[in-house]
Amino acid sequence: MDTSPPGIKPRLAVHKFASCDGCQLTFLNMGETLLQLADMVELVHFAEAGPVAPDADVDIAFIEGSVTTEHDLERIRQIRSHSGFIVAFGACATAGGIQALRNFADAAEWVSAVYASPEYIDSLATSTPMSDHITVDLEIWGCPPNRDQVLGAIRAWLYGTLPAQSQDKVCMECKRQQAVCVLVARGMPCMGPVTQTGCGALCPSFGRGCYSCYGPAEALNTDSLCGWFEGLGLLPADITRQFRHVSNSAPQFRDAAANIIATDAGHGH
Amino acid sequence: MDDGLSQQPRYFLPRQSFQSLIDQLTLQGFGCVGPVVRDAAIVFDQLRSVSELPQGTRDRQEPGYYRLENSESPRWFSWANGPQALKPYLFPSREVLWEGSVDEDGSLSFKERITEPQPLAVLGVRACDLAALAIHDAHFLNGPSPDAHYARRREQLFLVAVHCSHPASTCFCVSTGDGPAPTCGYDMALAELDEGFIIDAGSERGKRILDQLPLVEVSAEQLDQAGRELDAAQKAQTRELPDGPLNRILFQNLDHPRWDDVAERCLACGNCTSVCPTCFCASENDVPSLDGLTSEHSREWSSCFTEGHSFISGQAIRPDIRTRYRQWLTHKLGSWIDQYGRSGCVGCGRCIAWCPVGIDLTEEVGAICKDASHD
Amino acid sequence: MTDSTPSQSASVSPQSPSGNLRMPMVAEVIDRIQESDRIFTLRLRLRNPEQRRNYRFAPGQFNMLYLHGVGEVAISVASDPDEPEILGHTVRAIGRVTEAMNRLDVGSQIGLRGPYGQSWPLLQAEGADVLVVTGGIGCAPTVGVINYVLMRRQRYGRLTIIQGVKHAQDLIWRERYDYWRTFPNTQVLVAADHGGPLWPFHVGPVTEVFDDAAIDSEGTTVMMCGPEGMMIAGTRDLIERGVPEQRIYLSMERNMQCAVGHCGHCQFGSQFLCRQGPIFKYSDIKPLLGMEGF
Repeated sequence: MDTSPPGIKPRLAVHKFASCDGCQLTFLNMGETLLQLADMVELVHFAEAGPVAPDADVDIAFIEGSVTTEHDLERIRQIRSHSGFIVAFGACATAGGIQALRNFADAAEWVSAVYASPEYIDSLATSTPMSDHITVDLEIWGCPPNRDQVLGAIRAWLYGTLPAQSQDKVCMECKRQQAVCVLVARGMPCMGPVTQTGCGALCPSFGRGCYSCYGPAEALNTDSLCGWFEGLGLLPADITRQFRHVSNSAPQFRDAAANIIATDAGHGH
Repeated sequence: MDDGLSQQPRYFLPRQSFQSLIDQLTLQGFGCVGPVVRDAAIVFDQLRSVSELPQGTRDRQEPGYYRLENSESPRWFSWANGPQALKPYLFPSREVLWEGSVDEDGSLSFKERITEPQPLAVLGVRACDLAALAIHDAHFLNGPSPDAHYARRREQLFLVAVHCSHPASTCFCVSTGDGPAPTCGYDMALAELDEGFIIDAGSERGKRILDQLPLVEVSAEQLDQAGRELDAAQKAQTRELPDGPLNRILFQNLDHPRWDDVAERCLACGNCTSVCPTCFCASENDVPSLDGLTSEHSREWSSCFTEGHSFISGQAIRPDIRTRYRQWLTHKLGSWIDQYGRSGCVGCGRCIAWCPVGIDLTEEVGAICKDASHD
Repeated sequence: MTDSTPSQSASVSPQSPSGNLRMPMVAEVIDRIQESDRIFTLRLRLRNPEQRRNYRFAPGQFNMLYLHGVGEVAISVASDPDEPEILGHTVRAIGRVTEAMNRLDVGSQIGLRGPYGQSWPLLQAEGADVLVVTGGIGCAPTVGVINYVLMRRQRYGRLTIIQGVKHAQDLIWRERYDYWRTFPNTQVLVAADHGGPLWPFHVGPVTEVFDDAAIDSEGTTVMMCGPEGMMIAGTRDLIERGVPEQRIYLSMERNMQCAVGHCGHCQFGSQFLCRQGPIFKYSDIKPLLGMEGF
């Protein structure tokens, strides 16, 4: 929490791990608000924006990306020891990201298929979220999280509290936006009923199904949704793919996908 | 003829003169909203011209299913309700109630955030939604602390009702006693025929608008035709709620195995409560500015299907889908009767069509009542 | 749910000196008492003199306290209704808002709206015995009642205070129990489900100490507050001892957001806790009490 003496600005860092940098863009795309933020906190380390001091002590650190190498492991432990409050933000830092698809494959085989000189690649067989390795004080899900979530987290931290985080499903927000349900009105597979809100129901309000970039909500009923998808004519492989997207290694989605594969195998495919 | 048509003097508004109704309302200062096709559904939206109305559009609704179809019919209202009710116009999905500000010296102040709504006329309101509106009036206005936000919008609301001639398979307003003909609570009511509208006023305001329209005499055949269509609309409804008293039967069957059964299908997504025209739950939250000096306190639609709804002292009173579905159904169809003097269900069927996995509340309550023992 | 008539226990109907039940008033923390690690009492005074003069409450009613930018929380007023210019609120730091409130200093300003809900039947209970049964940690809603009766000792018959806790170390306000014992015609009984070394009181469920209380089953008004399991067991036991259902009052707790009966979070069968409660006559909530999920 913010225990800095009066007049001294809290120190903030943004660290990057295995990721596309999109979450850091949530900061950079804030425009004028970023200037206001820079007045309130000292941006000690934020390589994409300029300042570089990865080992500096900070009050609050935002971590983007997942752990995919031995070096990442070492680095995140270092960061933990230098940071007061750690926010893992984005699908990679909270669930392992799209690159966690390697968790379901032979990573070495993929490396040799992709790279001309695989011997230069030194990575772990898995992509894992920050909470697998260190104590995380706050998780903000999303691919990428929206700016209001990030600013809300900083504001709450400055107040000495945690932000109010909704576990509602995307459907709740979709209906608040008066968007027409694409699942009911168009028969499109939509992950809204099992996905936590935060995005503002962005995809459904543009007429496409939710692909669950904010990860699993609470009180999931993936079996029922899978059954309905099947009724819409989706093949088991299509349904599996719904769960194996950016939050593929979130335990509830990992299990749902495994369940579909197991059931399908049981049917003699 | 036992319907809403018999209560007021009736006139006829030819189809080609219908624009005059929109024009008159606009002239009187009302913003007009009416049915339009958007994103593959009939929704209420701003209406300036009859050309925006869904001419010949028909709907097909089943549990978890909604599709539009086109027909050659000249009619604009030959469909059953889409996902929206009047609810969003009176009880918006999100609104700021007040704002707190703090000075540099830490002193706090509060400012009420209340807007002056523009008078609004809604064209095409169905009987079920008028019944739902009466329920919301009772909830938000008749109590020790009437809701000022709701009250202001309500005062400004002008309602043009339309007789329901094309109920969907999901409709059951006959069973709840709320439709298909609007009988009260409207400013003006229309019964649509191919060549135009049988029209009557339900309020003084409605009468004043009516007087400005190019009306003609209504013929006996036209009244007869409208009556037959209404009759057919009633007969077309196949779904129904079981005989009550549901406030007793449901609460005497809180351990019925059907609750487990429905919990296996229910997604606890809250779609049913969002489309329900009588559900009123809202959560309140505070959104501070980045500098922390001001903070908006707002309310937004919530649902008894969420964990947050029953969350207290670190845990949810209803942690699982079974208890959440049971809470919804027992309140909507049961304890609502004790609370508001009638069922919370108006038979609009939205919760059936817009459930992503097609759960049908008439079927669920039917299953519970079928083998229920009660005194 | 067959009995929809709310209990008529309130002696004060909901009214706010701000004239608008939805708008918070500004209150200042004039004193704070750290009762234990996680339990603290805030003594608040409305800043606006007119609002302060007009504010009236009855024990059992609650206020919505607002911490700027963080949120609101429902807290019952634990102080004396005859001194409505200083409002005591005992809070347990258990969530986002209350944990942040635990760090408030004297002089801080917070929002306060209320009072809301039905109160304890203190006027109806005059002339009769009063049995206060509380469980859990602290149970602030009854402290106001106890002090109220003690300050007007001659208006009531025998006062029996029974406090049950889970673990011996959960008992706060031990001195307060000793102090209450010094009043005439007042009995204080304490029980812990799990005792411990040096625990001088009863070990076992709270209902067991009913034997030690001289309960006049016909002439006692019971006011109970605590975990629902304990209230159900206590109520059953007292009814078996001949206490009429309609003289047993319970304080219930549910999620509160608007406090004016609109937001639906505190729905309990056909009633809203914020309006028909939080103090209920047992007979009004009997059918659903203890039913999981309600």
